[in-house]
Amino acid sequence: MSRITEKDVDYVAGLARLRLDEEARARLVREMDAILGYMDKLNELNTEGVEPMMHALEMTNVFRDDVVGESMPRDLALETAPQHDGAYFIVPPIMDPEES
Amino acid sequence: MEYEAVIGMEVHVELDTRSKVFCACSTDFHAEPNTNVCPICLGMPGTLPMLNREVVNKSVAVGLALNCTIARWSKMDRKNYFYPDLPKNYQISQYDLPLCHGGYLDIETEGGTRRIGITRAHMEEDPARNVHGMMGGGSGVDFNRSGVPLLEIVTEPDFRSAQQVYDYLAELKQILLYLGASDCNMEEGSLRAEANISVRPKGSERLGTKTEVKNVASFTQTMRAVEYEIKRQIRVLSEGGTIVQETRGWDAEKGISFSQRKKESAHDYRYFPEPDLAPVVVDEAWERRVRDALPELPAARRKRFREAHGLSAYDARVITATRGMADYFEAVVRVGADPKKAANWMMGDLQALCTETRVEVDACAVCPEDLAAMIGLIENGTISGKIAKEVLAAMFETGKHPKEIVEEKGLVQISDSSELEGIVQQVLDANPNQVEQFRSGKDQVKGYLMGQVMKASRGKANPKLASQILEKALRA
Ligand SMILES: [Zn+2]
Repeated sequence: MSRITEKDVDYVAGLARLRLDEEARARLVREMDAILGYMDKLNELNTEGVEPMMHALEMTNVFRDDVVGESMPRDLALETAPQHDGAYFIVPPIMDPEES
Repeated sequence: MEYEAVIGMEVHVELDTRSKVFCACSTDFHAEPNTNVCPICLGMPGTLPMLNREVVNKSVAVGLALNCTIARWSKMDRKNYFYPDLPKNYQISQYDLPLCHGGYLDIETEGGTRRIGITRAHMEEDPARNVHGMMGGGSGVDFNRSGVPLLEIVTEPDFRSAQQVYDYLAELKQILLYLGASDCNMEEGSLRAEANISVRPKGSERLGTKTEVKNVASFTQTMRAVEYEIKRQIRVLSEGGTIVQETRGWDAEKGISFSQRKKESAHDYRYFPEPDLAPVVVDEAWERRVRDALPELPAARRKRFREAHGLSAYDARVITATRGMADYFEAVVRVGADPKKAANWMMGDLQALCTETRVEVDACAVCPEDLAAMIGLIENGTISGKIAKEVLAAMFETGKHPKEIVEEKGLVQISDSSELEGIVQQVLDANPNQVEQFRSGKDQVKGYLMGQVMKASRGKANPKLASQILEKALRA
């Protein structure tokens, strides 16, 4: 029996702002369930004494110095926006303040 | 039933770096909208962020100042949510392995010292800034703020009153300023405080449902908002109601908080490790380098100024208000000035002159050595304390050495007995009636005559000596 339900798929789709049709929903139930199945397989492994992998990159401490470089021309930044007023990107009105 | 408040604080502080956290754009707050932007901070696909080393340095410094453990190994994570100020649809932040954790800050507050637990302090990027009411009723987005480095400092729910919250914020701000970690300018949004507030029956261990108050413009307003929210929650519970978990805004004019948004379960941020940024390893040597470079922090300095220089608790607090002021004080004392006198002149006349002209004490025209020299001139009797006020004002205006001003303006105190005797005699001759009154037993007339002596000497008479000579002449 599938552990992933259509409700789960709808929840994740909602978080990702995706609208799914019936067919896609059914397919994702299967695919997401298969992913969980794969995780179950991994869980069978004995990982005692194995250091948890926290990050895919092996390298650490890749930094830049705190030096100001050149930014891009504003016209160029605004150019591809659906709407702007020459200074700001314009978006539909925002009603409630969100997280910072 | 008696209730007690349980409050935790979240403070977002913009770190004072020249460039942004992941790109080389300037962090200048005053730039024209969308001029400090590039493909990285605009969130263009295919760009590669790279962490600003100075952000780590400053964050570690703040962490150490707040007695935190610095993570040897830490990483950045993606916090996913949709909002117009967030072009990538995720904010680069830190989730399960913050750079700093498990610290504390001791604050001086009502009823003495209170230890506030610091849960964590983590690095993240500021989102863009939204401007409301643009053309066609839309909102404007300015990406100059996008990618400005932030440190989010989270406390344990260790506050029981609004006053404690205020004292914490004041102490935290002072530390951040001492470290040069942030300019803490609240009007420009460099420091943003949010309070998580709940109430519970006194003695209960269980936490009540909390509300979050944010977007408050000043520490004083934060204190008022917290006070209001505590009272509101107690009222709701006393009337048999329940607290709704939500974010509340603060209307400073009306003095009320109001519901902004229900906290739904939709706040599932699905954090995962940021694959584009390498983990951060702060080894012992790096941590030691930052620790060794830490300045003396406000609390330690206040204590030392009380113990080593004999300042009162109040004076020590005022004199250490800024690092510049405290450094200035120490420079004055270092060249031999009496600490108490130095503090009095700094908090009195010098501060007044500075406030009037809007300069910081440590940036004004009077250098510490000259202030010490002026105090020396009072002590060796060259000028009176009253004349010194005039001298200091001239020093403040011209930047000249006090001796030079005293000579130029002929302000040297008259301590020559024969000269003073002459002035006293003039005054007595001009006021025969008052002399008569004194001699018939009205002692208080002496004060008036003394005033006349000072006036006749244009304030330069050595007050002590002149008083003795006047007394002698009157009794003659
Ligand atoms: Zn940029």
